[in-house]
Amino acid sequence: MSHLIPVIKSLNALTGGLFIITAFGVVAARQVRSGLKFFIFQSLCLASSAFLLGIAPFSPHLFAVGTINLVTKVWLLPWLLIRMMPRTTYTRREIKQVVNIPTSLMIALILTVFAYFVSLPWVHAMADNGVARINVPIGLAGMLIGAYTLTTRREAIPQVMGLLTMENSAFFAGVAIAPDLPVIAELSLAFDVLLFAFIVGLVTRSVHENTGGTFVGHLNDLREDPSK
Amino acid sequence: MIKSIIFNSLQVIVVMVFSPLAMGVLNRLKENVQSKRGPSIFQPYLDLWKLFSKDEVVSNESTWIFRVTPYVVFVAPIFVTLLIPVLTAYPLFWAFMADMVGAGFILALGGFFSILAAVDTANPYGPMGSSRTRMVGFLAEPVFLIVFFTVSFVADSTIPYIVQQQWVHPMSNFFEPAHILLLIAFLMLILAEKGRLPVDNPSGHFELAMIDESKGLEYSGRAAALMKWGGWMKFFVLMNIFLNVLLTPWGLASTWAWGDVLIAIPLILLKIFGFIIFLVLIESSLAKLRLFRISEFMTAAFAIAVLAMMAGAFA
Repeated sequence: MSHLIPVIKSLNALTGGLFIITAFGVVAARQVRSGLKFFIFQSLCLASSAFLLGIAPFSPHLFAVGTINLVTKVWLLPWLLIRMMPRTTYTRREIKQVVNIPTSLMIALILTVFAYFVSLPWVHAMADNGVARINVPIGLAGMLIGAYTLTTRREAIPQVMGLLTMENSAFFAGVAIAPDLPVIAELSLAFDVLLFAFIVGLVTRSVHENTGGTFVGHLNDLREDPSK
Repeated sequence: MIKSIIFNSLQVIVVMVFSPLAMGVLNRLKENVQSKRGPSIFQPYLDLWKLFSKDEVVSNESTWIFRVTPYVVFVAPIFVTLLIPVLTAYPLFWAFMADMVGAGFILALGGFFSILAAVDTANPYGPMGSSRTRMVGFLAEPVFLIVFFTVSFVADSTIPYIVQQQWVHPMSNFFEPAHILLLIAFLMLILAEKGRLPVDNPSGHFELAMIDESKGLEYSGRAAALMKWGGWMKFFVLMNIFLNVLLTPWGLASTWAWGDVLIAIPLILLKIFGFIIFLVLIESSLAKLRLFRISEFMTAAFAIAVLAMMAGAFA
């Protein structure tokens, strides 16, 4: 068992690397569907990190966290979003963005570097078991990138993806800091997320019925653009 | 000492002899995926033979650059071959002449000359392809640098023979995020640098859309053969760097015995065959990017490379 621990630690670091790449993917995705795919893969990374940390410092709670994540975020939530959103959201080719994609990627990179430097003192202050220094900076970077996605996207589902990326990232940092979080808190959070997706789906659906699109950026304008 | 020089020359011979074969297999497999029979895998050798026995036409308007370029393009990958592990896991005679940055510089020198030669003739398509190649090239440059930074952070060296040992001793190093992310970034670099899909379509024959191919349009006869062969060797060398230094440093000879070194040749070819199958999968499933989307592709590669560097530096 003990000789497996370095392998498990570097596998956990690898899921961290893939996790942050999927966060970049959510920022850069051109189509709603590919953004959703990045999110599913991100949740998969989160679940596998929880499972891996569940093995190394053995903790049954983390297995529960991983399983709940697998069920709600990899399966239920995407299913819900695909079912509830109007078809046209997924068939349209490109999403409009306030900032273009290369610039967005660069800003996301800067946010990541910033997150690494900011979390350095925290990680040193924590009782370090070698995994917090991987998960905490990546979690923080994911939260910042999610917030950035939320501000630059003008379409409903990508905004939801940004919010859920923040939520995933908080969990990703959390599984390393607090491995013994009670399952009940975990469960209530998971259902919160589901409920949230459900409500957002309902609202977007009615927006779609009233305005004929899910382009929520238009909702900022008080009246319709006279030039159209 | 003598053996070291002999093995080093053997590496060069392997690269020279088998690089057309790798290209032939790649072209054949791509055609097979499209349900065509495709040319023989030995077609590149026949092409070389044909071009070497043909006359050469050189434009009166061209300068010495046009005539020198085929030799530079042909020799550059050979120099790089002397520096990298192709057959052996231990450093050979010329191994410490330059590191990976030096190898990149030599390859870039070949690219630089082929760009100048394309501008040198008055052919309108050459300069267009050159400027596009430069566009891809300058977007690829920062990625190259960050990849080298990552390697030197993680392995404390940029000599390929030392870097190669780093990823598998101990085995858990193989799964380090720095390693995996580096591999993804370097793969995207190879695709961009050698003008493969999704950056450029190597089998396209439409001059207006060409990026990499249009630079050799003016060459004929022996010069065309050298340009083609040089391009194939560059591709072979890049695959070798990717496989032997970064991805799978197994299967290389670890002793000075002749048998070990000779058995390494089929093992290397097997690895390259595996990589070619992977490449065919990529090329058959992706469409060519529009020219101004290439910057997005390269920015993604840059982002991944920087993430690799941070994962390596902060771990």
